[in-house]
Amino acid sequence: MNTLIGIYQSMSIFERMLAYIIFAPFIGGLLAGIDRKLTARLQGRVGPPIRQPFFDALKLFQKESVVVNKFQNFPIILFFIFTVLAGALFFGGSNFLLTVFSLTLSGVFFVLSGFSVSSPYSHVGAEREIIQTASYEPMIILLAAGFYLATGTFNVGEIALYKKPLILVLPGIFAGYLYILTIKFRKSPFDLSMSHEGHQELVRGLTTEFSGPALALIEITHWYENVLLLGIIYLFFAFNPWLALAVTFGSYLLEIFIDNNYARFKWQLTFASSWVFTAAVAVSNIIVFGLIR
Amino acid sequence: MNALIFLTVFPLCVAVLAALLPVGLHALRKTIGIIAAVVMSALSVYLLIAYHDAGPLYFTFDSPMVDWCMLGVELFIAVFVVVFSIRHKRYLPVVLVVVQSVIMFGFEFTSGRGIQVEHNLFIDMFSIIMALIIGIIGNAICLYGIGYMAEYQEHYPEIKDRRRFFFFMMYAFLGAMFGLVFSNNIMWFYFFWEITTILSPLLIGYRNDEESIKSMFRTLNMNLIGGLGFAVGIVTLYSGSHVMELDKMMQLDKALVLIPAVCIVFAGLEKSAQFPFSSWLTGAMVAPTPVSALLHSSTMVKAGVYAILRMSPMMKDTAAANMLMYMGGMTFLVTALIAISQSNGKKVLAYSTISNLGLIVACAGVSSPAALWSALLLIIFHAVSKPLLFLCVGVCEYKLNSRDIEDMDYLIMRVPKLAAAMMIGMAGMFLAPFGMIVGKFATLKAFLDQSPFMAMSIAYGSAATVFFWSKWMGKIMTIKYGVTQLMEHLISGWEKFVLAVFAAATLLVCLAFPLVSSRLVDPYVQSVFGTYPVPSTFTLSVIFGMLASLFIILPLGLYYYGHSSKEYKRVGTYFGGANIDELSFRGPMDRQLTAETRNYYLSRYFGEGVLFNIGVFISLILILIMFGVVIL
Amino acid sequence: MGWFKRSPWVIHCNATSCNGCDIEFLASLSPMYDIGRFGVINIGSPKHADILVVTGSVNAKSTQVLKTIYAQMPNPKVIMAVGLCAVSGCVFQDCYNVQGGVDKVLPVDVYVPGCAARPESIIDGLFKACDKLEEKYMQHKENKRKAG
Repeated sequence: MNTLIGIYQSMSIFERMLAYIIFAPFIGGLLAGIDRKLTARLQGRVGPPIRQPFFDALKLFQKESVVVNKFQNFPIILFFIFTVLAGALFFGGSNFLLTVFSLTLSGVFFVLSGFSVSSPYSHVGAEREIIQTASYEPMIILLAAGFYLATGTFNVGEIALYKKPLILVLPGIFAGYLYILTIKFRKSPFDLSMSHEGHQELVRGLTTEFSGPALALIEITHWYENVLLLGIIYLFFAFNPWLALAVTFGSYLLEIFIDNNYARFKWQLTFASSWVFTAAVAVSNIIVFGLIR
Repeated sequence: MNALIFLTVFPLCVAVLAALLPVGLHALRKTIGIIAAVVMSALSVYLLIAYHDAGPLYFTFDSPMVDWCMLGVELFIAVFVVVFSIRHKRYLPVVLVVVQSVIMFGFEFTSGRGIQVEHNLFIDMFSIIMALIIGIIGNAICLYGIGYMAEYQEHYPEIKDRRRFFFFMMYAFLGAMFGLVFSNNIMWFYFFWEITTILSPLLIGYRNDEESIKSMFRTLNMNLIGGLGFAVGIVTLYSGSHVMELDKMMQLDKALVLIPAVCIVFAGLEKSAQFPFSSWLTGAMVAPTPVSALLHSSTMVKAGVYAILRMSPMMKDTAAANMLMYMGGMTFLVTALIAISQSNGKKVLAYSTISNLGLIVACAGVSSPAALWSALLLIIFHAVSKPLLFLCVGVCEYKLNSRDIEDMDYLIMRVPKLAAAMMIGMAGMFLAPFGMIVGKFATLKAFLDQSPFMAMSIAYGSAATVFFWSKWMGKIMTIKYGVTQLMEHLISGWEKFVLAVFAAATLLVCLAFPLVSSRLVDPYVQSVFGTYPVPSTFTLSVIFGMLASLFIILPLGLYYYGHSSKEYKRVGTYFGGANIDELSFRGPMDRQLTAETRNYYLSRYFGEGVLFNIGVFISLILILIMFGVVIL
Repeated sequence: MGWFKRSPWVIHCNATSCNGCDIEFLASLSPMYDIGRFGVINIGSPKHADILVVTGSVNAKSTQVLKTIYAQMPNPKVIMAVGLCAVSGCVFQDCYNVQGGVDKVLPVDVYVPGCAARPESIIDGLFKACDKLEEKYMQHKENKRKAG
């Protein structure tokens, strides 16, 4: 493992970003495939092969592109670009706030694509997507705040090499992050706007009016995003890389487990519960941290 | 120094000219407006070029005539307020102005006799920034107003045409603002402050109908309360230390200067519509759009935060400063939450303005180099984006007959250029990589270094901000073929020109962000604290890269998708197969129904009533504590 | 080579069915028969779908709905008529409101008989539909190559 860290440190920032851009879709797609397989097994089915998401994406690229208006696919491309940028900046080891900016920007583009289509399902999906964004936004910012308070820097590269276990200093923030991770992964109980497993939730929610290549691009963007989100979990356990990887993968399995066990919350409950939970854990963490220091 | 005096007096001459010119000479009025705008902008830029290297420069300008003139004008204003209020049968302003006048005139004629002031005028980087904002943006708004008011009067023939008075007030306002930012003498500062106090309500009450008069008097009352605070501050300052200058005040011992500083901060809070004084700004939306754009987004409210920022180094590391920080943070959060539930476009803009000002006030409370840096950035970016939005909503209001967001469906199809300008303005307010978000995150770092609890305010406030801006942005971006006609022709070329200028300015200022921060903001922060925060080069270049790439990709993409002959197959939206045409579908009982979409407003959670009262309540407590800790 | 065999997404439309065939189709998705292991997803939006599964015979109103949904599907697409009612109208074909099977209004590619059609037949039909999809895709590519 230390050789891997050694390799990581020896790469320049651009090489790291390139590595992310190349490898993340494969990792993300495999994770999505594991998700579907595991879900199927938990439901007593056989389930599709692990490589299924790649088959889906490849098939979608071969489909014809039908649109409702000329411009609807353009925000999707921007959504893709800025999510990849966010992840690349994160794995490149630069300022964490830049990642947060970029994610917010890409999220807004996603929402705008849903709005621009002017279809009722798409519109409701877009509204719920905004509510989802507003639900997890405080926690993401408090995540950055927590990292800064604990390590004194926003720089991901330095946080990753921090010697002390961040999980012991920021347990509340970790718990809050796990809570909103379910929202970001679009898993039950928070799969409000476009669910990956609830295939007919709001017909298809935000993505109702997209087809073919645009849809494939949305899927691939979600893979990039998932890898980024799991990478953030790694940071909490970065003092021991093996442990961190295990916990990261374990959290993903936990998310799948939660997905299969809970019915969807209403958006009011999602919004209220995530804000209240964020406030509770983040405030207590910050206060306790302030007292210890 | 002559430039400073010229900038203060010249708008007044223009104002008088505007008052004298008969109504019909529209072209002449426009020409004068253009000349005035060019002159004032050029002078502001000249100030930047001439003085950007020097630190603060002080000028003596001894003239007892000026002092007597000011006294006379203040007396005139007091009398005017009394007469005006009695005529409208409101008596609170009378009481307030009498108390204030007694304090001030009593002071002037007793201990004030012996005031020795060394430097009356000064200029430093902050003044230059404010002068640029007033000179360029303020003038652009007045220029816009010339065209706007002509149509306004046509549109509303029942309102008495007091255009000449209107422009007299607008240009006099600009002059007062210039004077305010160049004054070192606190009595002069107070004088210009009081001019804005009286001009603002008069401009708000332009329509002279019942609602406007109510708003006008609410504003007047609150302004007078603020002025009272200011007066008390001046008296306590002089009686404690015999100092009447800003620069000398900064060097005084903290114990002497704390009470006056807090009083002036109180006045600043009022002027920038923080809780508990927010209702005047939301009520002022009845005024014509140029008033909202000028007063309530780019100049007058900035005067309030200007005063607070000037006072903040004197309050550094005190409990009062902490109260200020909490007040600003609380205002930021609560008004952002209220804005979610508002569907009236102008009200959303008003609450968003108060929200941003709250953030600036909170930075003033923190008073570290990083906080000051982000406060100035926030001022600059807000001053450029907000008027653009106000002007756009104003155009919507009377060309498309509605200021309600729900009626702005398909705006991008009806008036594409207007929608584009609005989107630029909104992006400037909350999207990375535009300047506002940089300011917000710099503020986050500043808060974390001082008071981590405040990070909660930024976290939740940012979430609320994303919520209501993307809702609105999405609303105007909906596209539906064949159902709407182009209404672009309703907007005059003049208005389009001004909106384009503002949009270009927003984009330019964001693009020039590294320059803005290094040339304008850093020198001022350095002059106050001795250091300035240096964002890493990588961060800056990434932000710049994001901006530049957006600037390139967005137009290219829009062009490609709009005009290219790429084959695409257009089908209808999904209505479960029951489509009849683009907008309607076959509903139950075989009725033809139109699909309508509405935004969420969540008024049950973020309704104005409850949250507003919470804000007022908390802010009153904080103000009491703030005064309490300094007096006791 | 196309990927449609690996990832056929199905949209299911009920024309006037008694729901028997619908239940059988949904049963195919259940753990007992599990067509999900072939990558089949029962999708909601026609713009995402490859295969249109129709149950029940067609009357005037469902004609319009079917045509609209079919029009909103991107190419390549196939239609699978499941159950005798969709194939020919079955016992209802002479009723005054019924027009007949789906092929009276849309070009059907795969017919799955049965009343109600058994999941095994549905799975068999799905495989045939996937082959048809691949065929259509190859055809489309040929046409494009010849034209362009």
